[in-house]
Amino acid sequence: MAKFNMNPLKNPMPTQDPAIRNTNFNEVALGYTAEQAMDEAKRCIACKNRPCVAACPVNIQIPEFIAKVAEGDFEGAYQIIAKDSSLPAVCGRVCPQETQCEGKCTRGIKAGCEAVGIGRLERFVADWHNEHASETVKKIPSNSHKVAVVGSGPAGLTCAGDLAKLGYEVTVFEALHVAGGVLVYGIPEFRLPKAIVKKEVDNLKALGVKVETNMVIGRVLTIEELKTEYGFDAVFIGSGAGLPKFMNIPGESLKGVYSANEFLTRSNLMKAYKPDSHTPIQHGKCVAVVGGGNVAMDAARTAKRLGAEVHIVYRRGEEELPARREEIEHAKEEGIIFDLLTNPTRILATDVTDPRDPAYGWVNGIECIRMELGEPDESGRRSPKAVEGSEFIIPVDCVIMSLGTSPNPLLKDTTPGLETLRRGEIAVDEVGKTSIEGVYCGGDAATGAATVIKAMGAGKIAAKAIDEYIQNK
Amino acid sequence: MYQIVGKKALNATVTRMDIYAPFVARKALAGQFIILRVDDDGERIPLTVADYDREKGTVSIIFQIVGGSTQRLNEKNVGDYIPDFVGPLGRPTHIDGLKKVCVVGGGVGCAIALPVAKALHEQGASVTSIVGFRNKDLVILEDEFKAVSDDFHMVTDDGSYGKQGNVCLPLKELLEKGETFDEVITIGPLIMMKFVCALTKEYGVKTIASMNPIMIDGTGMCGGCRLTVGGKMKFACVDGPEFDGHEIDFDEAMSRSRSYADFESRERETACNLLKMGEK
Repeated sequence: MAKFNMNPLKNPMPTQDPAIRNTNFNEVALGYTAEQAMDEAKRCIACKNRPCVAACPVNIQIPEFIAKVAEGDFEGAYQIIAKDSSLPAVCGRVCPQETQCEGKCTRGIKAGCEAVGIGRLERFVADWHNEHASETVKKIPSNSHKVAVVGSGPAGLTCAGDLAKLGYEVTVFEALHVAGGVLVYGIPEFRLPKAIVKKEVDNLKALGVKVETNMVIGRVLTIEELKTEYGFDAVFIGSGAGLPKFMNIPGESLKGVYSANEFLTRSNLMKAYKPDSHTPIQHGKCVAVVGGGNVAMDAARTAKRLGAEVHIVYRRGEEELPARREEIEHAKEEGIIFDLLTNPTRILATDVTDPRDPAYGWVNGIECIRMELGEPDESGRRSPKAVEGSEFIIPVDCVIMSLGTSPNPLLKDTTPGLETLRRGEIAVDEVGKTSIEGVYCGGDAATGAATVIKAMGAGKIAAKAIDEYIQNK
Repeated sequence: MYQIVGKKALNATVTRMDIYAPFVARKALAGQFIILRVDDDGERIPLTVADYDREKGTVSIIFQIVGGSTQRLNEKNVGDYIPDFVGPLGRPTHIDGLKKVCVVGGGVGCAIALPVAKALHEQGASVTSIVGFRNKDLVILEDEFKAVSDDFHMVTDDGSYGKQGNVCLPLKELLEKGETFDEVITIGPLIMMKFVCALTKEYGVKTIASMNPIMIDGTGMCGGCRLTVGGKMKFACVDGPEFDGHEIDFDEAMSRSRSYADFESRERETACNLLKMGEK
C-alpha cells in the first residue's frame, strides 16, 4: 500500500441532505468514519516546513497527530492535540481552518488541489476520544494559588484549563445560567451540538476547575473584590464581545426586529427551537438577516429551520462576505437567498394605526437600496456606494440585525483603572496584561468580535503569563 | 440552587417570595432587578428587587401571575428551590440629595415603588405616595407605604377603596395646589406611567419612570429590552431600568411589550390544563 494518498481532493465530509437538514436542528456534518479519517490522514506528506503548525493560533502539532491517525492510533492522536488545545471537538467544528492551518497546507498550494482536511481530522479524533476513552481526567495537586476567570467562553475555558493543568485553583464565573459563553448562546446546535460543549466543560470540572454560574462580575462581585476579599492571585477577563450593534435606521424598534444575539440566544440557550420550549421566538414567514458574517449565517439557517423563507441582506458582494466559505455554501444549499450589494434604508411597519390592534407595530417589510462597489477602503475591501433612486422593498415579517458586536461595558464601568480602547476593547499587551496588576484579558473582550480559536489562543498565552506573574510574585 | 425561605400571597394574583441568595442580597439596592428561572429549560424572568436583608442573605421579589412561568413559580413553596437567581442587575435608583419626592405606584408596580419610598424616607426625604389599583381586592402593601410616607393617597379605578380615579387625579390636585417636588418617581403599568409623565411635563416636574421590558440575559447582550429615550436607543438592562420619563417613547415601549402576547396567553392556558390534569 502506498505510503501517501495523493488524491488532490479531500475526502468529502458526510453531511445531512440539505433538503432534510433545513427542517431539523441535528448536526449538519456527520463526521468521518475511521476508514475515511485514515485515508484522509495519508494525504499529509509530513512536509518539512510544517506551515500548518505556525498558522494554528494554539500551535497544535498537526503533522504528528495526523501521522497517528494514519496509523490508526486515534487515542495517541488525541493526546497530541490535547497538549495544545483544550477544546478539540469544538475547534474541529467551528475553526476557520481555510484561513489558518489548511490555508497554509502544502497539499493545497497547487491550483485544483485541496489542503488536507485538518479540521475534519481534528473533529474525528476528538469525537473518537469522547466516545471511547475510558481514562478519567486526573486532578492535579494544588499549588495553592487561586485564579479567577471571568466568562466561560472559549478564552476563559482555555485559560482555566491550562492553569488547572499547572496546579492552580481556578474558579470560572459565568453570568448566564450555563457555562460555555458564545459556544452555548451563539453557535447553533446544528453546527455545534451543546452536548459537546457540556462534555468539554465537564472535563475541566474533572480537572478541578470550579464553575460558578449566575455570577455577573462587575455587579455581583467586582474585580477588586475578587482580588482582595476572595484572595485570587490573578484574574483573567474573557467576557467576550456581547453588545449587539444596530444600524440606526428607522423601524429598528418594531416588533419582529431582533439582534442576531437575541434571536440566537432565544433559540440556542433558551431552546426556543424545541416545540415544547417555554421561550417564545418568532416563526417568521419571510425573514431578512442583515449582515454577512458567520453569525448572520447562523441566524439565517436557524430562521430557515423554524420554517421561514430567508434573505441574507449584505451591502457588499459575494467575494466580500466575511463568513466562512463552508457556512455560505451550506446556507445556499439549504435555500437561503442572498441579496448582495443591498443595504437596508428603513424597516417598514404594518399600516395598522390603532395601537390596541394586535397587528400594530409589527414589521411588514424592509426597504433596501442597491449598492455598487467603489475603490478599496482602508480595510482593503472595496467600499460599497448606494445607487441613487434604486430603493426597493422586500416584504418580510421579521428582521434580524447581524452587524457585529462590541465588548460589554459592564467591567469597564465597574473597574476603576481598567483602560479600554476606542470601541470599548480592554487594553492589553501582547500577553494579555491589562492596566491593572494581576488582571489579564483575552479573546473578544480585548480584540472585539473575532473567532473561537483566536480567543483560545489568547486564553492560552494569558495562562502562561499569569503563571509567570504568580511564580515571580 | 436558591431556596425559597418565605412566601406570602398579597392578593389573588400577586405573591411575595423571599429567596436565599446572599451574593445578591449583599449588593442589592432599590431600583435594581434580578433574573430568575423557575425550572431547567425555563425562561429567564426579570423582576425588580422588592426588598433585601443583607444579614439574612435574602432578597424579596413580588410578582404577578401573568404567564406560564410565573404560574409555575407561584406553585413553589417555602423550602423549595429554583435553579437560577442572578443579580443585582441594572442601575440603582438615584436618590442622593432628594428632599421632597412624590412616588407614584400602580398595581404590582407598587411592590417596586415601595423600596424606593422606603429608601427616600430613610434618608430623611419627605415622601408623598400615590398608589392606585383596579379595585379593593387587588390592594397590596398599604400599611407598608403608610409607614414610610408623609402624605399618602389611595385610588382605585372603581372607587371600591380610597378615592375613585387613577393616580393622575391626586397628583394633579397636588400640583394644581402648588405643591412642588424635587422629583416624581413612577412605577407601574406603561399606560399609567405615560399619563403620569405627560401630566408632570405640563407642570415641569422632573419624572423618573422604571421600565420593565422583555429581556433575556439582563447584561446588555440581547438588545431585546431596547427603548427609545430622547430619540436614542437605550438598553433597559444596562442603561436603566430607570429613565427620564419625559424622554421615553411610551407608545413604542407598549407596542414592544406585547411582542409575545399570543404566546403568553397560550402558555397560561397550557399551564392551567396541566393543573387540571393534576387535580384528577
